[in-house]
Amino acid sequence: MTTTRPAATVPPGAPSTGTPGRHRGPQGTSWQQRRYRWDVKGTPYLYIAPFFILFAVFGLFPLGYTAWVSLHDWSLLSDEQTFVGLANYRELLTDAYFWNALRNTISILILGTVPQLFFALIIAHLLTMRLRGQTFFRLGMLLPNVASVVAVAVIFSQLFGRDFGLINWVLESIGVGRIDWQAGTASSHIAIAVMIAWKWTGYNALIYLAAMQAVPRDLYESATLDGASWWRQLTSITIPMIRPTIIFTVIISTIYGLQIFAEPQLFAGGGQDTITGGSSRQFQTLTLYLYEHGFNRGFQFGYASATAWVMFGIIVVVAAANYLLVRRIRSSA
Amino acid sequence: MPATWTRRLVAAGLAAGLLAAAAGCGSGDDAADGDITLTVGLFGDFGFGPLYEEYERDNPGIQIEERIAEFADHHTNLTQRLATGSGAADIEAVEVGFISQFTAVPNRFHNLLDHGAGDLEGRWLDWKWQQALSQDGAELIGLGTDVGGMAMCYRTDLFEEAGLPTDRDEVSALWIDSWGDYVETGKDYLAATDDDSYFFESAGNMFRAMIEQAPVGVYDTDNTLLVEDNPVVSDAWETTVEAIEAGMSNRLTAWTPEWTAAFGQGTFATIICPAWMTAYIEGNAPDAAGLWDVAAVPGGAGNMGGAHLTLPAQGDHPEEAYAFIEWLTEPEQQLRVFQETGNFPSTPELYDDPALTEFSKEYFNDAPIGEIFTDAAQQVQPQYQGPLQGDVLATIGQGLGRIEDGSQSPAEAWAQVLSDVESLA
Repeated sequence: MTTTRPAATVPPGAPSTGTPGRHRGPQGTSWQQRRYRWDVKGTPYLYIAPFFILFAVFGLFPLGYTAWVSLHDWSLLSDEQTFVGLANYRELLTDAYFWNALRNTISILILGTVPQLFFALIIAHLLTMRLRGQTFFRLGMLLPNVASVVAVAVIFSQLFGRDFGLINWVLESIGVGRIDWQAGTASSHIAIAVMIAWKWTGYNALIYLAAMQAVPRDLYESATLDGASWWRQLTSITIPMIRPTIIFTVIISTIYGLQIFAEPQLFAGGGQDTITGGSSRQFQTLTLYLYEHGFNRGFQFGYASATAWVMFGIIVVVAAANYLLVRRIRSSA
Repeated sequence: MPATWTRRLVAAGLAAGLLAAAAGCGSGDDAADGDITLTVGLFGDFGFGPLYEEYERDNPGIQIEERIAEFADHHTNLTQRLATGSGAADIEAVEVGFISQFTAVPNRFHNLLDHGAGDLEGRWLDWKWQQALSQDGAELIGLGTDVGGMAMCYRTDLFEEAGLPTDRDEVSALWIDSWGDYVETGKDYLAATDDDSYFFESAGNMFRAMIEQAPVGVYDTDNTLLVEDNPVVSDAWETTVEAIEAGMSNRLTAWTPEWTAAFGQGTFATIICPAWMTAYIEGNAPDAAGLWDVAAVPGGAGNMGGAHLTLPAQGDHPEEAYAFIEWLTEPEQQLRVFQETGNFPSTPELYDDPALTEFSKEYFNDAPIGEIFTDAAQQVQPQYQGPLQGDVLATIGQGLGRIEDGSQSPAEAWAQVLSDVESLA
């Protein structure tokens, strides 16, 4: 560690730091002075060290170790691990079920995130207006986010139930007819996207709301004087002014959306479907795919680790693409 | 042991790296006063509750703590905990579809033969005993609890509406000869009822029942997969597909909320009924008392389900845990569990005990279920269960599910089943 290095040159507690050192010519700075300098330079690192140590132990090490494991035929159930190079990656990229999982993930991501952020923006914009019970509404926004994801998924799976679900009951009573939400690809993606949106819309709305507080009010006042509509104010003032926040939420939701696990798993109901995301794998996401190989079939940690790394790459690419996309919002009109 | 240590480290690192850890379970630690807590990991309620209390009363210093997980999660978690060397309960239940997966790694369990289980061999049905033995017969990983001799439960009210006989002997006579007759009865049933009424709950269960009755199922005794080559499997597949295409299946997946709710609504008329199923029927449809009855299953005897209690090697109290499961699987206790829940004893000593054979339940229209399940259990011809038995059957069940929901034709579904099963191994 940086702060211990001076100890090597001048042992701490050395008795001779007094008078002789003071007259040592060019390098004659006293031990106290040097210690002071090191203190100023080194201590900040010491203060932030706990985070980086924890990150190294729980973040970096597993990340690196996962990469190492991904190069092996590594099953938890056997004691031998053979080095196979990139074979796991090759197998992964030729597995049609992997591509299926990737397609499902992207589809659920788009269905769950785009309307979610859009509604969050509208809601936040509405909440900046004068309302009775403003605090009530603002706090209420956060309630869905407080509920555990498992509870949300269980309740929504019941709502979307084929035979006795509330949603099908309503659809039937208005004459649309029942939908087997779990069985279809599109219908299952929509159901899962609704769970994600329900949980996160309010959260994102609050973040937008916070950012909107920093937008100068006089902009809105002059816009109102100029006769700008509610919609015009949203698109021409609010959105450009809170662009950095939008970028932040887009990236965070992308990362979350690419990793969803509990929603599709619980949505499947029971049995093998909870691992394969339906009997046709119609809503198996990447994390479910990883889980299937890592924790269900033979505990192939090597293969699951390769999946984890490929996922990592995909997340970086998609997040970067989204960043470039969102950055194109004109900043301040 | 460096090997275990590395494995733990590996497991910890991987778990953190791959997934945000799922909610963990606390481990039952010893109480400060020297009491021993034995944890028992089960899938579903085995009806052991009153027995725990009695055992705790008779054995001061022993505390018993039960953890119940869902069927599918239970076995996945158990494998995971065995592999990582920590987290398993002192006593873990293993269902018969998964037992060979664990007898293949006997070193992860305490060998019950070392604790004197060898003297008790005669307590269980021979095949039940064999199922928990390692391949070389030198190690025994579990003691049997229940067996699942099959019958067919049916709704008398729905049968009556459809103009079918309701007396259990007459119903048995409709299909006793073959599954083909069962499907024919189903067609008659559908013709006489409206669209919301189905003949059975899930095609996967029907398929599984047919496989379990065969002398050889999806595995050869040398662990070769026989899904493609065993005519029994393809015949069962075809019969099931015929039933699906006729619209008999309610397309429910066992243990889902929909499945549970369907019992209460009475949307299907028959369900394959291993002894343990009676408890679920009764629990899921408490209002249907007297409407259900029990007839013979088509196609002869077979075993479906049943469990063993095992002692994972990581448990710290093998002596006490063994004493407990030895007591828990005694005929006397198994009889009480049967009377409580319907889980049928695996101990032949009881099979001529009037307390068992003359047992009947009001709920099932006073059907002599003791006699029915005793006959079923005695006629079972043991079938070899391969290492991935449970996964293979689940994979085939998913194929049937794809036909049920219309996403694939039978031929496509079968092709995918074959390739999926191959990738399992």
